[in-house]
Amino acid sequence: MAEREQKRKPAPARQDEEVAEAPPKSGSGEKIKAELDDLLHEIDDVLETNAEDFVRSYVQKGGQ
Amino acid sequence: MAIHKVCGIETEYGIVMRGPGESNPVTASSLLINAYVGDLEHSAVAGPKVGWDFEDEMPGNDARGSAVGPASPPEIETHLVNAVLTNGARYYVDHAHPELSTPECADARSVVVWDRAAESILVRSMEAAKRLLPEGHEIVVHKNNSDGKGNSYGCHENYLMDRSVPFGRIVTHATAHFVTRQLFTGAGKIGAEAPGVSAADVPYQLTQRADFFEAEVGLETTLKRPIINTRDEPHADAQKYRRLHVITGDANLAEVATLLKVGTTAIVLAMVEDDFLPREFVFRAPVQAMRKVSHDLTLERPIELVDGSTITALDVQWEELDRARKYAEEHGLEVVGEETGRLVLEHWEAVLTALESDPMTLSDRVDWVAKYRLLQAYRERDGLEWADGRLAALALQYHDLRPTKSLARRVGLHRVTTDEEVERAMSEPPEDTRAYFRGRCLQKWAGSIVAANWDSLVFDVGTEPLRRIPMMEPMRGTRAHVGTLLDACATPADLVEQLSA
Repeated sequence: MAEREQKRKPAPARQDEEVAEAPPKSGSGEKIKAELDDLLHEIDDVLETNAEDFVRSYVQKGGQ
Repeated sequence: MAIHKVCGIETEYGIVMRGPGESNPVTASSLLINAYVGDLEHSAVAGPKVGWDFEDEMPGNDARGSAVGPASPPEIETHLVNAVLTNGARYYVDHAHPELSTPECADARSVVVWDRAAESILVRSMEAAKRLLPEGHEIVVHKNNSDGKGNSYGCHENYLMDRSVPFGRIVTHATAHFVTRQLFTGAGKIGAEAPGVSAADVPYQLTQRADFFEAEVGLETTLKRPIINTRDEPHADAQKYRRLHVITGDANLAEVATLLKVGTTAIVLAMVEDDFLPREFVFRAPVQAMRKVSHDLTLERPIELVDGSTITALDVQWEELDRARKYAEEHGLEVVGEETGRLVLEHWEAVLTALESDPMTLSDRVDWVAKYRLLQAYRERDGLEWADGRLAALALQYHDLRPTKSLARRVGLHRVTTDEEVERAMSEPPEDTRAYFRGRCLQKWAGSIVAANWDSLVFDVGTEPLRRIPMMEPMRGTRAHVGTLLDACATPADLVEQLSA
């Protein structure tokens, strides 16, 4: 799978509003890339502050 | 003839107390659950709370002494709580984690509904706890199975089995399924913790749990974890039934993953009971095979069988699906729920097809893919190495249950449930198993129920002695069976009288 990933051509960089307003091309690489960019922006906004400290200190007792 | 595959999931959640000062996970877990129970008592919802009756689990221990008394929030309670909810679930502290066991369900789709309801219960618990805690403190719950620092905690499944089926036959087929179903049950993890494997060898793997299995068959669940757990505690008529306790699974956020984890396993176990699996896949080294499958992002690495031949995990799954389709034709799927069985077969085929052609298209159905896609996107955008702390933080936050923080709930995972049925399942039991009887009795008469467990309820009807109502048949006590009776009884004394008549 990693191999397939590498074979995939990187989609062209999204040009802000223009791509978002372009007619959706179902399943096209550009649309997927744009959606993913939007998702990353959304996630940037909810990422935990001091996330790296949090993950470093994240220790659980073992369980079942 | 296979028996009905009554099933359920029990999840130990990761827990952290944020804020200044020291904190203890046992205290935090107790506080979390007590906060939820206290919150319910102050709402219009009927009080769910009774002590858990350990009579069958720990002989000699009188559970009535440990029954939880009336709560008095806003005082913070931290005793070890063990509650039975009106939806038939059990919510308690186990091994320094909050744990929620779904009620017994008659099919995999119901398990998904009550598993999502469990998440909602944890969310409401966090909110209730936050109101009780001092400013600046917060309990955060993750639905995951690994802290990345050597510790793992479980998400266990249970399936009702016919005791007359030889256990050895279950072991062989179940092992083959548990090793290979990881392709779609994995919740994804950065790095590896198995001995002798470095994060450089395995930057990302399919599952959270595979690294923590050390034995093929055994009784343990916390040390030397076995692929097949032999705990023999049917919580039902022990002459007729066994409960297969499955400890290999990851806790899934993707509903399709939970549906397939439980649904495919139920079908495979039904086929085992009906002796419908002609070919046995006996791995030469099952423990290593677990890891091999989990560590292999190409999904193509062959697993060695004892006869010297090899097979890929995907091919084992294809053969199982092929047999399952024939099984559906010849036997029907009533024992796993006809409609849900068909749904499982559809998703199973679609997922295997995608795993073979383009696994990334499963980012809406399989957790390890959803998380991998997210991490890869960040890696590319920000030029991050796999070892970067920012990726570790993202990977952890995928499992964060807080609606304001959850990444899993932002990546567009496909639903098989609706918000309405999940909301309802927070307080209502399934109607098609004995959980219905337990849940309805708690809704109507919580004050008269002294103790409860999976296979009985103990009533105090005001006269000596206490009356225990056994529920040894998981498929009885359904709405069809006792709905009219429960509607008609005005008091628990009526119920006990009717049932003894």
